[in-house]
Amino acid sequence: MSATRKTTIGKQGSGMSLPERIMLAHGGGGQLTDDLIGGCILPRLGNEILNELLDAAEVGQDGDGGRLAVTIDSHVVEPWRFPGGDIGRLAVCGTVNDLAVCGARPVGLALSLIITEGFARVDLEEILDSLSKAAGEAGVAVVTGDTKVIGHNGQAEIYITTAGVGRIPRERKLSPKRIQAGDVILINGPIGDHGLAVMLARQMPEVTSPVRSDVAALNGLIELMLRNLGDEVAFMRDPTRGGVAALTAEAAMRSGAHVVLNEEEIPVQPCVLHAAEMLGLDVLEVANEGKVVLFVRPSAAEAALALMRAHPLGQGARRIGQVTDDTDGICELRTRIGGRRVIQKPYGEQLPRIC
Amino acid sequence: MCLAVPALVVECVGEDALTDMHGNRVRVSTVLVPEVKVGDWVLIHAGFALQKLDEEEAKETFGVLADLERHAGADL
Amino acid sequence: MISTLDRASTALAQLDRAAQAAGRALQFMEVCGTHTMAAFRSGLHSLMPASVTLLSGPGCPVCVTAQADIDQMIELAQEAGVCLCTYGDMLRVPGRKGSLEKARGRGADVHVVYSSMEAVQQAERNPRRQVVFAAVGFETTAPATAAAVVAAGKKRLSNFSVIASHKQVVPAMLALLKAGEVRLDGFLCPGHVSVIIGSQVYRPLVADFAMPCVIAGFEEFQIAEALATLAQMAASGRAELVNQYAQAVTTAGNKVAVRLLEEVFEPANVVWRGLGQIPQSGLVVRKKWESFDARKKFNLPARAESEPAGCLCGQVIAGVVKPVDCSLFGTTCTPVNPIGPCMVSSEGTCQAWFKYGRTAGR
Repeated sequence: MSATRKTTIGKQGSGMSLPERIMLAHGGGGQLTDDLIGGCILPRLGNEILNELLDAAEVGQDGDGGRLAVTIDSHVVEPWRFPGGDIGRLAVCGTVNDLAVCGARPVGLALSLIITEGFARVDLEEILDSLSKAAGEAGVAVVTGDTKVIGHNGQAEIYITTAGVGRIPRERKLSPKRIQAGDVILINGPIGDHGLAVMLARQMPEVTSPVRSDVAALNGLIELMLRNLGDEVAFMRDPTRGGVAALTAEAAMRSGAHVVLNEEEIPVQPCVLHAAEMLGLDVLEVANEGKVVLFVRPSAAEAALALMRAHPLGQGARRIGQVTDDTDGICELRTRIGGRRVIQKPYGEQLPRIC
Repeated sequence: MCLAVPALVVECVGEDALTDMHGNRVRVSTVLVPEVKVGDWVLIHAGFALQKLDEEEAKETFGVLADLERHAGADL
Repeated sequence: MISTLDRASTALAQLDRAAQAAGRALQFMEVCGTHTMAAFRSGLHSLMPASVTLLSGPGCPVCVTAQADIDQMIELAQEAGVCLCTYGDMLRVPGRKGSLEKARGRGADVHVVYSSMEAVQQAERNPRRQVVFAAVGFETTAPATAAAVVAAGKKRLSNFSVIASHKQVVPAMLALLKAGEVRLDGFLCPGHVSVIIGSQVYRPLVADFAMPCVIAGFEEFQIAEALATLAQMAASGRAELVNQYAQAVTTAGNKVAVRLLEEVFEPANVVWRGLGQIPQSGLVVRKKWESFDARKKFNLPARAESEPAGCLCGQVIAGVVKPVDCSLFGTTCTPVNPIGPCMVSSEGTCQAWFKYGRTAGR
């Protein structure tokens, strides 16, 4: 749907062999994407660092014993402008957030624009203005870039790739492997806003809706949390493609812990839930671009919530689940009526339905 | 095959109505419920109003949304 | 107002008591994909007594559409000059040669619409293209197709037609009971289908087969309440028709919609995937409106029905086997690479099992 987050891990894929030709669903961020990475990319490019498939990779150290983090993200979104944001803002925030959730402070961004022939200059300028504003908000500059113009068959489009470099202070170690029984799971606000804003703009352009993308740079909020809570934060990630479902299912699998989400505690705005019901989507699987899910030690949970709620991007912060002492690597949802079901990583892009 | 959601009719123009639920405004055809008027609750499916709903019943039936609204109002 | 959560827990307690009173295993069937999804998503199965099973019957329209019908739609999409409009649900359904999505990838003009009226507008805007609206669905969705045909008639559009595989749910429920392969203690009747056709149409199931029938809405508490009522009937040996979705469902249904259906369509014997031909279970375009029937307009040849080898979707739809009983389930047939329709549709029984079927702690 939007940002191509560096995906996850090959062994969680569908287990199918790759077809002769790449399909659209291979880019969906689900199990099929895992197949592509695990079956095609890693066998050729894999190395110690890449094989970890982290949001941002750690490469080398700086003078103070900190580490350097590098990340890259391509952005293709249709339509390029949607309520609450546009591809320019998305390109900055996606990359900044990928650095921030790894504990890195962004240092600089590299920008690549691929523009199809015929793209309106006024639109390009709007995108660049938005990109510049988002970079300002995040406190990071675009320090290098590249521009290409290509021919096309269909409508004029733009693709934006942003790479980012950040510095991780020496003491910071965030990893799913640090998740342990008793940890509390927090989120900084209601879910599903970005995915549904884009889906409505694309599928039902005639609908007017208050649903707006939550796209925002989270580095300020995350820095506040890490500075105050230190290693009480075990792990964090931004629930982009595949939504909270993909994030928590993957965290459970990679940590080997049993993760429980409480449906009743997961914040969703009524207009977002209604739109999801109208389009037949599970809001847990819908993308967010301004949300972070944190696994924190229970002793720090209240302080973490208070910190987030005092920040403009964390006013809707909630506790949404906990880690129990089972070690089956499964994520489970306790439903509103007290039922239990397993949350699995979605397998591909979501399509609206009327059925 | 039957995702249908409730909505409030806020405008009627010929055989179309503009409906609203939580601010999501969808234009639907009213050919299946020609008697609807502004202020009625309807059940909408695939761009059509299928049936008129009693207001109280609409709120009860879709109580989960109402519960959630209270929830959100209190905490967000 | 009693909260919906309280109503759900009260209903589940009632279900427990009634199941105990029945003193035997109870097997109910829903025939609506949205019920399938709601029951799985809410974890309802994990809250039901172990002696109660809720089966998914032929309630997913994509799943029950004959392979031959799907193939016709895909072939038509590839005709020169044709713009095929359809619901998102149909895009990935595999035919013998790819899907509509893949046809679009090869250059076919395929549009996803939310409403049949968008297809009519498409035809008005593109007078030189033949716009075909492809639809499947039960009585909830069929009136939208009928309304599009009537609207195109009023506008005298000569470039609009429909290729529809609409079906009626009650003949399929009767066919299942007649076949007698699955033992049932009651039907959870579909809420939104009933909005159109009314509650009275289920009378033959009660009268001729002594089958308890409860019409239910889609919130989890409504499904729980309906299951409790079904179990109470099973325990006391009663068979009645109970409408627990009276907020939206009347005895006669939506008469305007039914009249519109009768104006455009007539019942016909049609093939259901897995269930074979069921008498008077389909809705085909009447002669009066045949200029809007894409099958006639494009002279599409009828195709023999054939199903993927080893696929048990038919028996899954009939409630005779569970998805896990199929040797393809979860091995070669997954949501990523679906072989049968029950794995393609997000409300299909196999996909729901694959996605939500592992119930934590049970």
